[in-house]
Amino acid sequence: MALVGSAGPLLQWSWISSQSGTILSLLVQHIELTAIAVGIGLVISLPLGVAAWRLPALRTPLVGFTGLLYVIPSVALMALLAPVTGFFSVTTAEVALVSYTLLILLRNTVAGLSSVPADAHEAARGMGYSELEELFKVQLPLALPSVLAGLRVATVTTIGLVNVTAFIGQGGLGQLIIQGFGEDFNTPIVVGLVLSVLLAGVADAILVAVEHLVLPWRRAGAGAPR
Amino acid sequence: MSFLSQVATFFTTGSNWTGSSGIVALSLEQAKLAVVAVVTAVIAGVGAGSLLGHSGRGSFAVVNAANAARAVPSFALLTLIAIQPAMVRLQEGGFIAAAITMFALAVPPILTNAYVGVRDIDPAVRSAALAMGMTPGQLLRQVELPLALPLVMAGIRTAAVEVVATATLAAYVGVSDLGTYIFTGLDTRNNVETFSGALLVAVLALGVDLVLAAAARGLTPVGLRGPSWSWRHGTTASLATLRPSPPI
Repeated sequence: MALVGSAGPLLQWSWISSQSGTILSLLVQHIELTAIAVGIGLVISLPLGVAAWRLPALRTPLVGFTGLLYVIPSVALMALLAPVTGFFSVTTAEVALVSYTLLILLRNTVAGLSSVPADAHEAARGMGYSELEELFKVQLPLALPSVLAGLRVATVTTIGLVNVTAFIGQGGLGQLIIQGFGEDFNTPIVVGLVLSVLLAGVADAILVAVEHLVLPWRRAGAGAPR
Repeated sequence: MSFLSQVATFFTTGSNWTGSSGIVALSLEQAKLAVVAVVTAVIAGVGAGSLLGHSGRGSFAVVNAANAARAVPSFALLTLIAIQPAMVRLQEGGFIAAAITMFALAVPPILTNAYVGVRDIDPAVRSAALAMGMTPGQLLRQVELPLALPLVMAGIRTAAVEVVATATLAAYVGVSDLGTYIFTGLDTRNNVETFSGALLVAVLALGVDLVLAAAARGLTPVGLRGPSWSWRHGTTASLATLRPSPPI
């Protein structure tokens, strides 16, 4: 193979089969780190999004703050959190991962709620809904497409970022990347890269299916809900 | 001494600014890496994206490929390229590996935005241009690209901010940029150095964002400009779902 060099073949199958147990457990760790981060991100962003939407005075500081988190390099954020939340701890990784989901989820929640048509608001009022009922039965369901779009972006993004948490001893598949670089050996990096991309693809496909399930009125296509 | 005053000392110590591992040299290296990657990505991304938006042919495949490329972790791509024998042999191998990785990071948002910007132009405008006798090339250069410019510039801004922040990782493969402070600080548990490095990267990224925002406004055809706040607001809001990944 032309690609054989000091870094070995791109894929050395014997290494993969001998390490399959380790690879699988790193994949599971990768999924866990992602699921926890996106879950917590959603739990934080939804109420914050509602608050930012209802109280425009909160919107600029919230979007500004989460936007600021976005320009801090992830390695640096983790390194800075480490003295507070512990070197090589899951908490450090999760705090960093969650903070990167906030901007996407918050923005999309606000955008979704802001796009609720005035007609829907007036109809809900006319039907005698209280503000809380209107929020849960009308506004949030109508904002759902935007929230779910944000969830998809946040999930795919987080799957990529989890790799970087390998620098602080977490990282799931990212540990394979560090190992491959340290040993000058292609296979672990390629395995980490490919599994990371596949995981992102599968997660995205699952979320598309969820979108399909919870937004039945969208299945009819562009037509109005029946 | 409190943490923040230690950071202040870091920045007020003259010797930290000069020399080959000073703030100035490392910032310039980070900027050089970002400029190389973003300029090449603009050429490739705006070129391909506007042609696809113009013709509509093959766009499904390319736009989906661009989206899939966003799922490739920069960290994996960077290390993989950097350990290839051809790169290891080169003196600037680390820099080239990082530039290729940052290019791959920058192309998708630029390409997608250029594609969407050109595709979504009002068909009546296109018909009018063609009826005036414009060739397809003139249509693209004189009508479609100027009208798509706000969206194209938004894509370039997103890409540039991501690249500036992510270029930090290049230090892991031996490039002396601002990431050097972060990785050295992490290795030696010197939080002052890490924090200072992160601060410099964030300032650089925000600076790039502001400069590009101003450039976008300057380049936008006068007819498309609203009052400055609403223009910027509208663009970022409508891009909520287009905005891709944060810095890796």
